Amino acid sequence: MTDTQAGGDVRLSGISKNYGSFQAVHPLDLTVPQGSFFALLGASGCGKTTTLRMIAGLEDPTTGTVFLGDRDVTGLPPYKRPVNTVFQSYALFPHLTIYENVAFGLRRRGIKSVKKQVGEMLDLVELGDFAQRKPHQLSGGQQQRVAVARALINHPQVLLLDEPLGALDLKLRRQMQLELKRIQTEVGITFVHVTHDQEEAMTMADTVAVMNGGRVEQLGAPAELYENPHTTFVANFLGTSNLIEAEVVSTSAGKVVVSAADATLRLPADRCATAPTTGGKILVGVRPEKISLLHADEAAQITDGRNRLTGTITASSFIGVSTQFVIDSPVCPDLEVYVQNIERDVRLVPGARVVLHWNPEHTFGLDAAQDIDAGVETVGESAS
Amino acid sequence: MRWLRRNIVVFAGLLTLAYLILPNIVVMVFSFNNPAGKFNYSWQEFSTEAWQDPCGVADMCGSLVLSLQIAFFATIGATVLGAMIAFALVRYRFKARGAINSLIFLPMAMPEVVMAASLLTLFLNLGAQLGFWTILIAHTMFCLSFVVVAVKARVLSMDPRLEEAARDLYAGPVQTFLRVTLPIAAPGIAAGAMLAFALSFDDFIITNFNSGSTVTFPMFVWGSAQRGTPVQINVIGTAMFIIAVLIVVVAQLISSRRKHSAQSK
Repeated sequence: MTDTQAGGDVRLSGISKNYGSFQAVHPLDLTVPQGSFFALLGASGCGKTTTLRMIAGLEDPTTGTVFLGDRDVTGLPPYKRPVNTVFQSYALFPHLTIYENVAFGLRRRGIKSVKKQVGEMLDLVELGDFAQRKPHQLSGGQQQRVAVARALINHPQVLLLDEPLGALDLKLRRQMQLELKRIQTEVGITFVHVTHDQEEAMTMADTVAVMNGGRVEQLGAPAELYENPHTTFVANFLGTSNLIEAEVVSTSAGKVVVSAADATLRLPADRCATAPTTGGKILVGVRPEKISLLHADEAAQITDGRNRLTGTITASSFIGVSTQFVIDSPVCPDLEVYVQNIERDVRLVPGARVVLHWNPEHTFGLDAAQDIDAGVETVGESAS
Repeated sequence: MRWLRRNIVVFAGLLTLAYLILPNIVVMVFSFNNPAGKFNYSWQEFSTEAWQDPCGVADMCGSLVLSLQIAFFATIGATVLGAMIAFALVRYRFKARGAINSLIFLPMAMPEVVMAASLLTLFLNLGAQLGFWTILIAHTMFCLSFVVVAVKARVLSMDPRLEEAARDLYAGPVQTFLRVTLPIAAPGIAAGAMLAFALSFDDFIITNFNSGSTVTFPMFVWGSAQRGTPVQINVIGTAMFIIAVLIVVVAQLISSRRKHSAQSK
């Protein structure tokens, strides 16, 4: 099914893009291994689409080189690169039938007998019955699949996806995520996927590069990024993090002890993004689902060696599988805690005094010299 | 009363339609007249004489052929140049873009008589010989603005990503233009071309100033109206009208059949 050769990595070396005095992408080195599903994740305007367009050849980099395998393709126009794109708006040709849309790339390369290939490709995306229709007669999800088929039929070395699911509703998006993942596994082509949806990136990609302000903040497997964020931006943009400003009391034997307001907390030294120094500041982070919540009357149950904080519930919202609490604590006025609805304690209502506790291993440390709210998404952005 | 209120929109529509079509019907009806004198202004009796001999009036068919020739070449010139201007204005950012966007409207805003007189001044100062070529140059010029406006509207509504998608799918610049840009812009270009043809074929004022001794069809009609109007003028008018209607009907049929077959498959 594929004609990709070994060594078909995408390698960006020192690539950057300026628009006048605005630097959309700062010099960037990135390697996407052949056959992987790679996601560029970030808010709008972070440079992710520009990076993708430079790989496609639709944008000329200001500096740097684009390699496909060992081949330098920086100077090649898009129609000479073995790379195809699925556009955000799909960009299906409105004057051509679905069949002719899918056959377009083959025909331009002078391939005469396209019937079999087009038929197979339409079957792969389950649109065999729609070959003679025009794009406007199809639903959004069907158009999206045509866009994928039109690109994949060319067996590109790399398939670029520019927010391909952005225009679909939530249910269809979930379905298409699985569908795309299935197709990628089936054809084995390298996928580079641009998205602002962190859940989408984590569900689909093997490797995620989180971009912010034209730079890659952090790169790694989804679980690695989620558990060990290196910056506040990553900690807040991927899921939710409770970040607490603290002062380092001591560091010894791989354990860091910090104090914040009335509490003393511990965390492993190897989970600190920067080496902590005694007396220095650090941001202590913990994910909301790692925290357990107890009513203050039962504080005695908590075993030694766990991190603990006290506070008052200010808000709670029941969302079925779990309940999300907001807790006002001396160390932080709006700690978030997600509690699984296994055995619900009816005393945990707004106004109740509570104790929060968690395994110190689940704590991470970040450099305190950065914006603690970086990457916190507003409601409008996450919905779009 | 209630019935009237409910159907008032239909009435208004029908009245407006009648207002539009009545003059055309008069042209058609009087092409079958057999006038008593030289002027075809009052109904006498039914006759197909003029239809049997449409070129029976001296010089009329010659002027008609000339008008069609000029309209044909002016349409081609104005459409090619106008479409290129429209693409340039929409797709590229350059220094004088705003100024050119406004300048395009200048020929449309200028009173035609003034334009005609000024063109004559220009041609005389250049020492040009008035005739076919001066008419063609003038017609191409004033049709240009209309083509630009029609094509620009279409290109503006075109997603630039379609051309990017074509380039991404191995189409070079020429293929991209022929396979994607041109077919999608075609309705705008066709509308501009038809407008240009109608404007050129029709034009009297500018032509009258810049034609020298050459006589186009509108000039022939005007000239003959001083001495008497031959029925053949109505015959030509009716024929043109019927051809135009036929073109529209055939185009509609083709597009509706295409849509139908696309849906039934």
